[in-house]
Amino acid sequence: MSGPPSTVTPLATYRNDTPYPFCPGCGHASILDHLNKALVEQQLDPKQVVIVSDIGCAGLSDQYFHTNAFHGLHGRSITYAAGIKLARPELTVIVVMGDGGTGIGGTHLLSVARRNIGITVLVFNNFNFGMTGGQHSTTTPSGGVTTTTPEGNLERPLDVCGTVAANGASFVFRGTSFDKDLTGRIAEGIRHEGFSILDIWELCTAYYVPQNKLNRKSLVEMLESLELPTGILQRRDVPEYAAAYRAAHADVLGQPTLASEPIALNENATRDGRFRLVVAGSAGCKVGSAVRLAARAAIASGLWAAQRNDYPVTVQSGHSVSQLILSPDQIQYPGITKPDALIILSRDGHKKAARYLAAMEEGDGVFTVPECADLDTRAGITVIDPKRASVRLSKTNVALAVVTAVLNRLELLTRDAMEEAVRRAGGDYVEANLQAVAAVKDWGDLAG
Amino acid sequence: MREFTDGSTAMVRGALAAGCTFFAGYPITPASPILMMMMRELPKVGGVAVQGEDEIASIGMCLGAAMSGARAMTATSGPGISLCSENIGLAIMGEVPLVIVDVQRMGPATGGATTTAQGDIQFARWGTAGGYPIIALAPSSVPECYSLTIKAFALAQRFRVPVFLLTDKELNMTATTVDAAAFGDGSGTGAPVNVPSGRVDGQETFTPYRYEPLDVVPPMVPYGGDEIVRFTGSTHDEAAFITKETETIGRLNRHLAGKIEAHRDEIELVDADLESGARTLFVSFGITAGAMREAVQAVRREGRKVSALTVNSLWPVPETAIRNALNGVERVIVAELNLGQYRREIERLGNGREIVGLNRVDGELIAPEQFLELLP
Repeated sequence: MSGPPSTVTPLATYRNDTPYPFCPGCGHASILDHLNKALVEQQLDPKQVVIVSDIGCAGLSDQYFHTNAFHGLHGRSITYAAGIKLARPELTVIVVMGDGGTGIGGTHLLSVARRNIGITVLVFNNFNFGMTGGQHSTTTPSGGVTTTTPEGNLERPLDVCGTVAANGASFVFRGTSFDKDLTGRIAEGIRHEGFSILDIWELCTAYYVPQNKLNRKSLVEMLESLELPTGILQRRDVPEYAAAYRAAHADVLGQPTLASEPIALNENATRDGRFRLVVAGSAGCKVGSAVRLAARAAIASGLWAAQRNDYPVTVQSGHSVSQLILSPDQIQYPGITKPDALIILSRDGHKKAARYLAAMEEGDGVFTVPECADLDTRAGITVIDPKRASVRLSKTNVALAVVTAVLNRLELLTRDAMEEAVRRAGGDYVEANLQAVAAVKDWGDLAG
Repeated sequence: MREFTDGSTAMVRGALAAGCTFFAGYPITPASPILMMMMRELPKVGGVAVQGEDEIASIGMCLGAAMSGARAMTATSGPGISLCSENIGLAIMGEVPLVIVDVQRMGPATGGATTTAQGDIQFARWGTAGGYPIIALAPSSVPECYSLTIKAFALAQRFRVPVFLLTDKELNMTATTVDAAAFGDGSGTGAPVNVPSGRVDGQETFTPYRYEPLDVVPPMVPYGGDEIVRFTGSTHDEAAFITKETETIGRLNRHLAGKIEAHRDEIELVDADLESGARTLFVSFGITAGAMREAVQAVRREGRKVSALTVNSLWPVPETAIRNALNGVERVIVAELNLGQYRREIERLGNGREIVGLNRVDGELIAPEQFLELLP
């Protein structure tokens, strides 16, 4: 939708004084004249109109209009137009592109059609790249002779309209630059709230016409022989994206944005130097969540914490390793080469813990579950058995129980501090997590 | 009060505090958290966040939105920056304010999606045809992820140029403890977008660009205001009409470089921890600078002297600050998670000093102990 005209006197033209540069007989001038008439017919404020031009001869078009202009990269005009429309839905955004743009920018064409962003795309379709020397394009008819298909085009031409129509385009028109009613069709496309596309077939008199004996009559015959219908081919009443986006988010407008989640300091705990813990388990066992709770509990107690997670790209299978550093001062290097303590919760974790086990020394502590008790390390090994906990633990809270038990045992965090952190974190897992923290009544319960 | 948070979250909060109103991005580890947070946050301030069909569309939509007055940002990683290359050139040529976050991961190609690296340092500077400058900031801590994001928006607006935020997987995805005061009042409501008047100095006809004097940067006037605004990625005159006139093209291109070169002092940002009498200077940036600062503490605890320079504004190279830090130093250790990309810049300014690289490209961070091992 456009704003009201800025002047009382109706605008007689949206063209500036610069003459078109196109070759004699080229369809571009004719289509642009129809575009001009369509703008005059609607008396849009030129400050509220943006012509977005692609590359090629059609890409020159914006320079001959006294409207806003965006002349960008080849094939990407639709993306700029989409950005303009999404940011300023009140603007009228018209893309002028050649058939070349439907190839290099094909994915953008499909996406804008699916999204139904309210821009109008005019495809100046003359079956070849006119500016760069008459090479074949996505729309060159089979058998068409171009400078890159000297023996005739072996590719099947892209049905621009059929393709976008199949993907939900809400206004689809096919015609030629010779159509008497082209002004009206372009005006309809511009008025259409959602995405509109007009695939306008025309003559490239520099290249395609002389090579293929094409003229006005044979252009129309070509449409018929390809069994491609003309006129408005599809018209659907679907919500325009920029408007739908705003409607869908109306309820969150004005809500507070991502803000601080401060952790109040309950104590002024201190310690000499850093404590480095690695927890190695399997995906889905909430290793990261357990370590995060421990970090928050430690921060509340006055320490500084850093947590670094490692997991494969397939997040629900394989290992899940969390590194946790607790420090009396700010942590600027979050890496751990040699942990003070290592918790192994599963075979997946064991595999990823090899380098830590090799680096650890006497005096460091490894805490492992019975199935991973066979370890090669100089560090002291304690086997802990979650099955001996006072409550039955599930796959998703055993990590928290063991982390709590170990940090408690090492006198780094009390069970109360962990409980407090669980409560403050809130969420769906509070009860299950509290159960896990409480499950370890006494270290002796678990130590094998 | 303290917080337990990561660089991604800090960058989103910084963007909101800077008045960001448009974001488009495509899913890619390790930049996806920013995309997901922006999808939730921007509608709250009346902004728009979109998941593009690819990184080309994402940065393209940002360019269109920025030209329409939005404060726009995209976030991706090396593979996505590669796809953005041509549009980065367009943003330079069309003088569009834009913030581009590169959460670096291991390359080349797909490399390591969840593995860290700092391999895009020279790529950010030279990653588009023509060789014209951009601005690149590198936060080295979570609080800096917040403050430098705000600064990136300000610089983008001031110089009408894409501003990179070069960060990495570890800085953006490692949760760490931060003093809550680092986020200011943290209101995050966003500054209103200032729509400047287009005509300056009694201009009779509005022109979106000016090349004289070389370093002048008129405010960007968006579509939909009081002026007809033209934009082109082709060589153009001040009115944005395509030109092949050599004199105008020369002025345009010298202006694109000159507007940044002439104002280095406004961009230069380092943390210089210089110790009088130190013979060795550590230089680093990003996540690696954190390890460097811990190494400095360890060296000084031993009663030894060392100087350190954290470079926060990687491009343009903060030459004044680097020369100052080099004063009296015999040996420079440049630490980075690549094979020596920024070392080239220090060598250029080193004037015969011994410049040593401390490098890792195995996906692990450089540890503080590695700095200590290189001390005489």
